[in-house]
Amino acid sequence: MLLLLLALFVMGALSTLLAPSQQSSADTGTSQQVTEGKALFTVQCASCHGLNGEGQTTAVIQGPPLAGVGAASVDFQVGTGRMPMAQGGVEQAPVHPVRFTPEEIAALAAYVATLGPGPAIPNPEEYDTAGVSQEDIARGGELFRTNCSACHNFEGAGGALPGGKYAPSLLDTQNVHIYEAMVTGPQQMPVFNDDVLRPEDKKAIIAYLNDLHSRPNQGGLNLGGLGPVSEGLWGWIIGLGSLMFFAIWIAAKGVKAK
Amino acid sequence: MARPAATVSNAPIVQAETPKKELGPVFKRAAPPAEYLDERLGIAKLSRPFIRKVFPDHWSFLLGEVALYSFIVLLLTGVFLTIWYKPSMAEVEYEGSYQLLRGLTMSQSYESALHLSFDIRGGLLVRQIHHWAAALFLAAMLAHSLRVFFTGAFRKPRELNWLLGVALIATGLIEGFAGYSLPDDLLSGTGLRFVDGLIRSIPLIGTWAEFFVFGGEFPGDIIVARLYMVHILLLPAIILGLIAAHLALVVYLKHTQFPGPGRNETNVVGYPIFPVYMAKAGGFFFIVFGVLVLMGGLMQINPVWEFGPYNPAQVTAGSQPDWYMGFVEGAIRIMPNWESHIGGTTWSWNVAIPGLGTMGLFFGLMALYPFIEAWVTKDKTEHHILDRPRNAPTRTAFGIAAMTCYAMLWIGGGNDLVATQFHVSLNAVTYFLRVAVFVAPVLAFMLTKRICIGLQRSDEERLLHGAESGIIERDPSGSYAERHRPISQGEAYTLTQHRQNAALMPAESDEDLSDGQLRRENLRRRAGRFYFIDDLRKPTRAELEAAAHHGDGDGHDAIGDGHDGHNGNGHNGNGNGHHSIEAGATTSGAIPSQTQ
Amino acid sequence: MTDLERSSSAGDGRSSNGAELDLHPEPQYPVNDPGHPEHLPRLTDVDEKAADRATRQVATMFGIVPVLAIGFAVVYFAMPRTMYIDFGFLHVNLQHVLLGVTAGMSLLLIGVGAVQWARQLMDDHEMVDYRHSAASDRDDREYVITELQKGTEESKITRRKVLGRSLVGALAAMGIPLVVSFADLGPWPTKKRRAATIETTIWAEGVRLVNDVTYLPIKASDIEIGQLVNGQPENLKDLEGTAFLQAKAKSSIIVVRMDPNTISIPASRQDWQVGGILCYSKICTHVGCPISLWEQQTHHLLCPCHQSTFDLGNSGLVVFGPAARALPQLPITVDGEGYLVARSGFTVPVGPSYFERDSRHDFQEGDS
Repeated sequence: MLLLLLALFVMGALSTLLAPSQQSSADTGTSQQVTEGKALFTVQCASCHGLNGEGQTTAVIQGPPLAGVGAASVDFQVGTGRMPMAQGGVEQAPVHPVRFTPEEIAALAAYVATLGPGPAIPNPEEYDTAGVSQEDIARGGELFRTNCSACHNFEGAGGALPGGKYAPSLLDTQNVHIYEAMVTGPQQMPVFNDDVLRPEDKKAIIAYLNDLHSRPNQGGLNLGGLGPVSEGLWGWIIGLGSLMFFAIWIAAKGVKAK
Repeated sequence: MARPAATVSNAPIVQAETPKKELGPVFKRAAPPAEYLDERLGIAKLSRPFIRKVFPDHWSFLLGEVALYSFIVLLLTGVFLTIWYKPSMAEVEYEGSYQLLRGLTMSQSYESALHLSFDIRGGLLVRQIHHWAAALFLAAMLAHSLRVFFTGAFRKPRELNWLLGVALIATGLIEGFAGYSLPDDLLSGTGLRFVDGLIRSIPLIGTWAEFFVFGGEFPGDIIVARLYMVHILLLPAIILGLIAAHLALVVYLKHTQFPGPGRNETNVVGYPIFPVYMAKAGGFFFIVFGVLVLMGGLMQINPVWEFGPYNPAQVTAGSQPDWYMGFVEGAIRIMPNWESHIGGTTWSWNVAIPGLGTMGLFFGLMALYPFIEAWVTKDKTEHHILDRPRNAPTRTAFGIAAMTCYAMLWIGGGNDLVATQFHVSLNAVTYFLRVAVFVAPVLAFMLTKRICIGLQRSDEERLLHGAESGIIERDPSGSYAERHRPISQGEAYTLTQHRQNAALMPAESDEDLSDGQLRRENLRRRAGRFYFIDDLRKPTRAELEAAAHHGDGDGHDAIGDGHDGHNGNGHNGNGNGHHSIEAGATTSGAIPSQTQ
Repeated sequence: MTDLERSSSAGDGRSSNGAELDLHPEPQYPVNDPGHPEHLPRLTDVDEKAADRATRQVATMFGIVPVLAIGFAVVYFAMPRTMYIDFGFLHVNLQHVLLGVTAGMSLLLIGVGAVQWARQLMDDHEMVDYRHSAASDRDDREYVITELQKGTEESKITRRKVLGRSLVGALAAMGIPLVVSFADLGPWPTKKRRAATIETTIWAEGVRLVNDVTYLPIKASDIEIGQLVNGQPENLKDLEGTAFLQAKAKSSIIVVRMDPNTISIPASRQDWQVGGILCYSKICTHVGCPISLWEQQTHHLLCPCHQSTFDLGNSGLVVFGPAARALPQLPITVDGEGYLVARSGFTVPVGPSYFERDSRHDFQEGDS
């Protein structure tokens, strides 16, 4: 299983090199950043990913090779606290508090980008949703429900994947990380690159999510946004529960005078 | 256990025979119209038997009322919804006030659901009340049926009313599902797609049924209109008829009551319909309605605008039916992928068995149970005193086992959410449930039966030795003992009021019975042994008398002394700690229905 | 009633000292019914002040209701529909919540008030009703049976049996029009109609694969390894209304790219893919949910409805869950401009099983 995963990572990385990708990441970062990044990498990442990001796999360590994953991957994985992983051997890297400063992350990203061409960190204007028209936001909803809700649920609350894995909730995810996840395809998530899901489509999806999450609930508390299962549970607990309480009160003998 | 704490025995007589009094001002004014009506309708004659009809008081008797009142709320709110809802699958472009969907094409029914939610003041409130009421209607019916089951209220003469109740739950399920499909949002469309797959899977006629139900290929253009008719006309009419018959039978047969002093099989003790139950039950209607309105106002349910319009290429994680279909959904999810390909045909067991079989099995067993138990007990008498669940351990254990099985299927219906919320593997949950759905009910059965027998033991303990007082005494010889207080006559009566059944050995031969009859009789006896072999026998009069004198003598039972005072009369029958009722191997045709 | 009084008096006194149980002569009921316990008065029965207090409570509850009802009207007419509460996790539409709270509290107060009235102020002496057997009296039964017999004879049906038989026949025959009238519920799924509907899709040779929603064609070279595209046939946009939905319910596809060296492509399907780009039906073979929950590393595709899992790296075979058949694969190639096109339609019907489906041609474990 691990071997297979590793093999897939390797192949993924190789094929990114071979595939006629129009993405370029030669522009990331200054040489000073790269130097700092390499130093940081050696201390913080090399124990799993190898001194030169070549990757390694043992019984407890699965560090995929990083050539070609691009700066966007680093920014996503480290910027959401998924990396560095506290422990190996789990199904997927969970979100943790971020361990590095933005400067350190930028340096790491700049260094890893030098290992091979891959998706760059998107520019703020690519995911800044100010000024997206209502029509585009509605279209973003259609795109979201077509491409994303199968895993992330209609509200972006997340969902289950096979074997203990899960699609994470998007309720508190930053725009840039949503964008990076689409272009890099972290872990089990498929890639949605800019040639197929155009940058304006991605922006529309992000705008839809922002709008959806900033909207007040029209009909009261949203009970987790998980659909009918949680609604049924609350119906039993609050509905039938409170009415049984009332029924006990109705049928109970009150306090007697003596 | 409910015991009437307060009554005077001559109350009804005094009430019934009060001499004619001068009428109050309200009655005086109401007299002419009442006379007008009475001369034409005979209202006094009609209401005479009901006006002071007695209804016993116990909280669990109100569960059925919750269901009834939710249904009334459903009718009221449903009528309001029909004023704006459009049951049409025609395509329109949304131009309403919910911005996130503006410009999308959708069906007219979805558009009208959005219009109702965003552009009609109070529309969303009523929609949510309606949806919560539907969830509560089914929940209350199920809870009510559990109360009836565990107390044995389905026994003669109420078997037919039990059947009406089963029919109500089944109809309610379909009614709820039809309503769930009407807004034509992504979830309800996904549900319909599932129904399409389910109908298709029926062997031989599936494809025909599919084309007939959907008016052609899925999704077609007519299913929403058809379900609308089913949802607001056909099934509500059936449910109303069933409810009317159900209530008429409750009135005719009078309500059951729990055992207690002053209560027996020939009376019913409680409060009169007028005025007490009019206030209590009427008030409870307003309470149910009020709770539902508050839920509709404070708890968001089925936010169709977030799901988006139905689109056959879209789906969302957490696609589930409403809770009452959850057990069918669970069965579908945990079913292994069995399918037979015979010649040019496909037999889709993986869908047909859990989809149709689960519901069939569930309602079939529910409907049959009273008749199975009546066959085992051969009991032909009427029962109006409810069983305390411990006194029917096997029935109680069957009930808990069925609930456990249902719960396993329920968990299966939400296995993806179980996986994400409790951080376990989806596949592991499914594999676990494939086994648990069969094993857990067996364990639950055994455990429940043990607990019931244990409770019977503690009842016996109280009857024979009294209640533990918590006072430890030391006698002159130095041994310690706890003082027991005798229980009241009322409690003793309550604890011994239930019926006991015989566990008979199968007969070797019987000249009065043919071979077939003997086989059936022995099957029945084996079932009876399975049912009743572990029951503790009620203490007899002699034992109670002996125990009372024993208690008189020294005032307490010594700890560790146990039952030794009663062994002489054979109370500890078979030495393994069971006090079982065993009539032994009878070879005659005479089968006592009661051992004592 | 006399019974009640007798047992009641029998229970009094003796059970209170508890020394001796009053035993029943019937073996079935070893203990005698002590009768109803003594009725104890409530506070409101003995203390006029307590009763006044309870009256005030109830009247106050009823009195708040008109205030809330007017509040409901005020909220309905005067409150702008776009006002919101934003307080912690409570971020909701104010009008909706206030309508619900005013109406709900009004109803609740009426109910609680009425119950409190019944509990505290109405007479609480329990009453006894006597039961009657559910069965009719013997007289009634005999009367009905005799009269029924008499009536049957008077109807002459016993002598002229043909009357009854022909009537039964006539009523049974009315079942024919009843059943026949429903024959037009839907078109009949004859072999020909099945072939034109559920057994086919609008995919055909040369139809371009396009993105769902945007309808942009998909260039093979744009797809990276690990990429997933939710697609449709290009000719879908020519349809609308019901025909559009019916077509979309079958023609939806997913296009994925995997490394050809890490997946197993059978010999017969070598030319169904373009450099590891494979195209599958999006419609689950279990009950037809659209599936796009694809794990790019394991190549597994999970259905969010019932968790059937398909291995897209192995011709769409089922690896888990209730689905029984592999996901149908669409043979694809590239056209002159490098866009993905179908080589043909689906080779087997897509979607859930139905009885007349010939499932012998679906891909199975071990096929080459």
